[in-house]
Amino acid sequence: MWEPIVEALQISKTYGELVAVAEVSFAIARGECFGSLGPNGAGKTTTIRMIYGFSPLTAGVLKVFGLDVSRHARAIKARIGVCQQDNTIDPDLTIIQNLTVFARYFNIPRPLAVRKADELLRFMSLDHRSHSRALELSGGMVRRIVLARALINQPELLILDEPTTGLGPQSRHQVWERLDSLRRQGLSILLTTHYMDEASRLCDRIIIMDQGRILVQGKPSELIREHIGKDVLEISSPATDLRAYIHLQKMAFEDLGDRLLVYGDHDDHLYRYISNRFCPEGCVMRTATLEDVFLKLTGRGLRE
Amino acid sequence: MSMGILRVWQRNLDVYRQNWKISFMPPLLEPLLYLAAFGVGLSGLIGEVPYGAGKISYLTFIAPALLAINIMNNAFFENTYASFVRMYYQKTFAAMMATPLSVEEIITGEIVWGATKSVIATAIMMVILTIFNLIHYPTGLLLIPLAFCGGFAFGSMGMYFTGIVFHIELFNLPFFLFITPMFLFSGTFFPLEGMPPWPQMLATALPLTHLVDLTRGLCYGSFAKSVPLALGYVLLFSLIFYPLALIKMRRRLIK
Ligand SMILES: Nc1ncnc2c1ncn2[C@@H]1O[C@H](COP(=O)(O)OP(=O)(O)OP(=O)(O)O)[C@@H](O)[C@H]1O
Ligand SMILES: [Mg+2]
Repeated sequence: MWEPIVEALQISKTYGELVAVAEVSFAIARGECFGSLGPNGAGKTTTIRMIYGFSPLTAGVLKVFGLDVSRHARAIKARIGVCQQDNTIDPDLTIIQNLTVFARYFNIPRPLAVRKADELLRFMSLDHRSHSRALELSGGMVRRIVLARALINQPELLILDEPTTGLGPQSRHQVWERLDSLRRQGLSILLTTHYMDEASRLCDRIIIMDQGRILVQGKPSELIREHIGKDVLEISSPATDLRAYIHLQKMAFEDLGDRLLVYGDHDDHLYRYISNRFCPEGCVMRTATLEDVFLKLTGRGLRE
Repeated sequence: MSMGILRVWQRNLDVYRQNWKISFMPPLLEPLLYLAAFGVGLSGLIGEVPYGAGKISYLTFIAPALLAINIMNNAFFENTYASFVRMYYQKTFAAMMATPLSVEEIITGEIVWGATKSVIATAIMMVILTIFNLIHYPTGLLLIPLAFCGGFAFGSMGMYFTGIVFHIELFNLPFFLFITPMFLFSGTFFPLEGMPPWPQMLATALPLTHLVDLTRGLCYGSFAKSVPLALGYVLLFSLIFYPLALIKMRRRLIK
């Protein structure tokens, strides 16, 4: 049964003149992993902050577990785990204390908190560093502690704001595996990320945001099929006659100047024709990815 | 509400307990230094000081003032520099805000902790002063709850500044404009009675003046000034700055 755990109806957030989130609507189902993508400043963090009451809504209605966030912040926060974008590990405390002190904020009794903290540190492969301090640990370890800490209250909804930014490949894969296993246990997850492979791998559904608005939402695979196709022909230093030909054939493409991306389907004979006739070299055929969708929809310019 | 305040307070206590061996040194050693310099060194030059209808030794005169200054400094320092570091650099409050704790509980917990630091420092200092026979009992025991009230007032004031400063260096300003003048001119190191009327009036406006009156009364077992007036003034400071601190911190933390 499709049971909404988060429902956002036309929610907005403005800071003076600046519109950070503009009339955004979406819903997250229980048990789902929902991804939020978007360039820097798109409004991902702001949306997440509205969910846990850090930022009051300027307009709209936001419900978590069927409760209105503006009136039931405490009840909602007791049932969610949040992994913020900034590092908020407490440097005054040891790793294990970080978890047990946090458990106390949720009024979890001490014996249970200690047991749970041990279990979570083992789960994140950090049990050997229980008595270290945050400053002594690598960025990857700190990120895993934040994740472990966010799970201390056995949340029904886990909110992750860029959980793997700055992590090396090994650490990222480890975090992904842990998130996979949490999903199998039925945890609902809201994730923001700048990594398209992460979103493709973990998320059932995603939204792509830009300038406070949702551009598209759907399953990653469907978005790729709908906006790009199956494959991408990537041509470096395209010749003029090739450009003319593609225009003539009305193919879906994107011209980046020194590079040309042609979207389509490799079964298509036109596609094969191009690769054979115009680019015996400097031409790559590859599977379309979420990154293609993202860049096509949000453009390639910087956002600052 | 109250549970959340306790949780924030416990977090700070946990950190304090790790460093207690270092933390309790200043309140233990500071009065000894002051007593040596002012009490022993200056005492000979100054001799006796008028108090109420009689006269007391200079050492007896400044000992309670040292207690009051200690109450002010501990809470004010804790809720300015230390709270600011937790809020701004360590993002401790941001992390707490993702838990069931509310901003009001976090800030109140911090102020109550600041007051607790005043109580701890007072208790340690009382041990030294008692050894030198400078505290009259049982009235002296009331110094502990008084330290809490005074700490709450100065802590609230500190927290208010934490809510408005942009940068940690700017705390120099309230320290320079409020704390240092109070330290010097609240009837701490010289009696206000001999002063011309206007400095006396100015001193009466300073909350530390009233806290000093109260610590003196409790240390001597006899009050020379009105207790309700002095206590009322200290409480008034809490009543003004505690809500102000909550408002400013709420505005600062909730975006
Ligand atoms: N406290 C604030 N005051 C003013 N403007 C803010 C505040 N917080 C965010 N903004 C602005 O709101 C917009 C959205 O910011 P937000 O942090 O939600 O983006 P984001 O999608 O999370 O970006 P990133 O990927 O860089 O983390 C930005 O233009 C940002 O400058
Ligand atoms: Mg962000």
